[in-house]
Amino acid sequence: MTPETAAHAAPPPRAIPGSGEARRHALVVLVMDRPGVLNRVASLMRARNFNIDSLAVSRTDRESISRMTITLHGDDVAIEQAAKQLYKLIDVLKVQDVTADQVVEHELALIKVRATDFNRAEVIKIVELYKGRIVDIAPDAVIVEATGTESEIDALVTLMRGYGIKELVRTGAIVMLRGAGSIEEALKL
Amino acid sequence: MSGAVAGPDRAKGTDAMTVTKGEPPTGGTAAGAPERRSHVPGDGTPAAAAIDEARRAMLHEVRNRKRTRIGADVLMEALIRQGVDTLFSYPGGVILPIYDILGDYPEVRHILVRHEQGGAHAADGYARASGRVGVCMGTSGPGATNLVTGIGTAQLDSVPVVALTGNVASPLLGKDAFQEIDITGITLPMTKHNYLVRHADDIPRVVAEAFYIASHGRPGPVHVDFTKDALQQETRAEHPSEDEIIAGLPGFRPTIEGHPKQIKTAAREIAAAKRPLILAGHGVLIANAVDELKAFAEKTQIPVAWTLLGIGVMDEDHPLAYGYMGMHGWKHVNRAIQSADLLIAIGMRFDDRVTGSVATYAPYARIIHADIDPAEIGKNVAVEVPIVGDAKHVLEALTRAVHATDHAARAEYFDQLTEWKAESEASSWHGSGREGVMTADYVVGRIGELTNHVATYVADVGQNQMWTARYTKFKRPNSHVSSGGLGTMGFAVPAAMGAALGNPGSETWALAGDGGFQMTSQELMTLAADRIPVKIAVLDNKKLGMIRQWQEIVYGGNYHSSHLPGPDFVKLADAYGIPAWKATTPDQVDDAIRAAQAVDGPALIWFEIEEEQNVLPMMPAGKGLSDLIETWGGPEE
Repeated sequence: MTPETAAHAAPPPRAIPGSGEARRHALVVLVMDRPGVLNRVASLMRARNFNIDSLAVSRTDRESISRMTITLHGDDVAIEQAAKQLYKLIDVLKVQDVTADQVVEHELALIKVRATDFNRAEVIKIVELYKGRIVDIAPDAVIVEATGTESEIDALVTLMRGYGIKELVRTGAIVMLRGAGSIEEALKL
Repeated sequence: MSGAVAGPDRAKGTDAMTVTKGEPPTGGTAAGAPERRSHVPGDGTPAAAAIDEARRAMLHEVRNRKRTRIGADVLMEALIRQGVDTLFSYPGGVILPIYDILGDYPEVRHILVRHEQGGAHAADGYARASGRVGVCMGTSGPGATNLVTGIGTAQLDSVPVVALTGNVASPLLGKDAFQEIDITGITLPMTKHNYLVRHADDIPRVVAEAFYIASHGRPGPVHVDFTKDALQQETRAEHPSEDEIIAGLPGFRPTIEGHPKQIKTAAREIAAAKRPLILAGHGVLIANAVDELKAFAEKTQIPVAWTLLGIGVMDEDHPLAYGYMGMHGWKHVNRAIQSADLLIAIGMRFDDRVTGSVATYAPYARIIHADIDPAEIGKNVAVEVPIVGDAKHVLEALTRAVHATDHAARAEYFDQLTEWKAESEASSWHGSGREGVMTADYVVGRIGELTNHVATYVADVGQNQMWTARYTKFKRPNSHVSSGGLGTMGFAVPAAMGAALGNPGSETWALAGDGGFQMTSQELMTLAADRIPVKIAVLDNKKLGMIRQWQEIVYGGNYHSSHLPGPDFVKLADAYGIPAWKATTPDQVDDAIRAAQAVDGPALIWFEIEEEQNVLPMMPAGKGLSDLIETWGGPEE
């Protein structure tokens, strides 16, 4: 009797990789600081149909190594696939999904909010409650600087909308593992 | 060389079959001794000798001129250090500095292709047939964009190709200069890696890295773009050692050995399986692991199925060789996959043409998946046992880890497989039972037979590709060359050109449909001029056959644009000075093949085949391997 015969109940359909529940992931990517490396990373994510939520890039303290923090949504298998594809880029040295790790995660936002003599004090009070600060004051606007997690910044932005946001810029998240462990030191160069 | 160029009767066209059974091929006998009309001088003729002499004189003069070492020299030195003996290229403004010194490097044979796409496919064919890196070159702008289709073909099929292009001088970069295009931007997502070189001093390192990356780990194309000034600058740059190359690529460390724990887990799965099946792919050929595959299959007594690009992993006459899988694969192979309890996938990537609907793919099977590229594992199909490593090393380790299994222990399984195979083969040969009908499978089968199944067979794309895969019968690794991933029509003739130069010891056949052949037929001139001995079989059904088949089966017979009038292919070949024959009935097939084989150089056969033969079975798009269409008699069926 072969499994082809009707005696067997039809097996459940095979799972399709990437079809699970999506959640937010943060990837730390260490790359060679070479021309075009940002283009390679961005192009790969586009071509492989991954949607980047935020991307922050800077130099590290190591010569010729840059660090990217990418946040994106997807199920765990899809994000693992994104990480593996990134790792195939010759200029990529290391990819680590830190979603499940204990991390410090921050982004910086500058928000230009309408604020006049009438409500400036109120705006400043809310900003202070969110551990933000005012970095510029004009007769009818202030610039608020705030750091925090994505959701903390989201909450502040929502509150500021009530006063009228003239301009908003956010850096996207940067993350670092808590404790003494170092993603950079784990590099074998 | 028989001088068998078309005689006057050939020119009459379709009914001028010039091969008479039992007579030696002459290529046109009506007017007595055929007149040689080609302008390509034959070997040993005074004209050819004069050309050779002129070339030698020029070479001597160039080599003895006093000049400095420039970027272009360093490039040629780097290519020679990599063992490059053939360069498929087409000149242009910004790469003239290379052409200016090319004559100084007779170690590298320059093949002047007639279109850069032909050069890229030729480099690809060269690489697939030889196992070495293929090299093509084009100028900036259109020269570079013409390479793109060939680079993409190599990328999808993991073929080690280094594509070289020139670009405008660096002060002009980004200024929309004449023939400037952002070619590294274009090739970035379709190469394994690419470079823009602006300084001659960087050339040795970059070229060495390009070859290293192209040929190590999972192979693939690497593109290097040189600004014109980089090629012209004087330089004293030295070439790096392999250690220096590796040290310069800290982000490129392919995993070669499978993890011992995973090997052990795989061995346990194999021991427990009752209906195991090996799925062997291109990775086995790339890793040169054909012997290791055979040893593993024989020790475990597990039958071997293969993907399109895995054709040749096993002699098709081996008792454990089961066949070609997938959309147009053999029904018995797909049945075995659908009933297997364990799939051992080595160096293949569960492409959609292999799985069909993933939800219903191999519903009873657990899967061991070994690949050198970790991103392939779990990409299309979730697997139970992932193994990252080179096919050769993984197969060796697996063979050591498993216990030998006796053939008799799988008797019931093999009986079933044998029965399925006999049944599906009997129903799948269309031509054998239909006297006098010129079916494609008959023609392809005869080409296989008369070449003892050991030639290099380069397919185009479409029905001809599936017929080649199914009916040639392959007995030697790397004897089958086909554009699997990208499905590039126009691939066969130029890729065969490269394959013939990459493996000159093997007879080389290009099997193309009339559609694909017309896409790159300009390379006939390259074949003629460089006397590259490719035998071309044009399987002419006057259709875009696979398009027509889909229109018939899927689109209700709405045959828009699939009827494809073509030229008189014999006259066309004649115009290029290539001997050609036409065969319109099965009894003319063998003589035409033998006639082409007898030519010392390129030859072409125009096979006028059945116009509406389908490739069956066929898995309709979106369906699974159990939903094959096996016969088709029209929509009412």
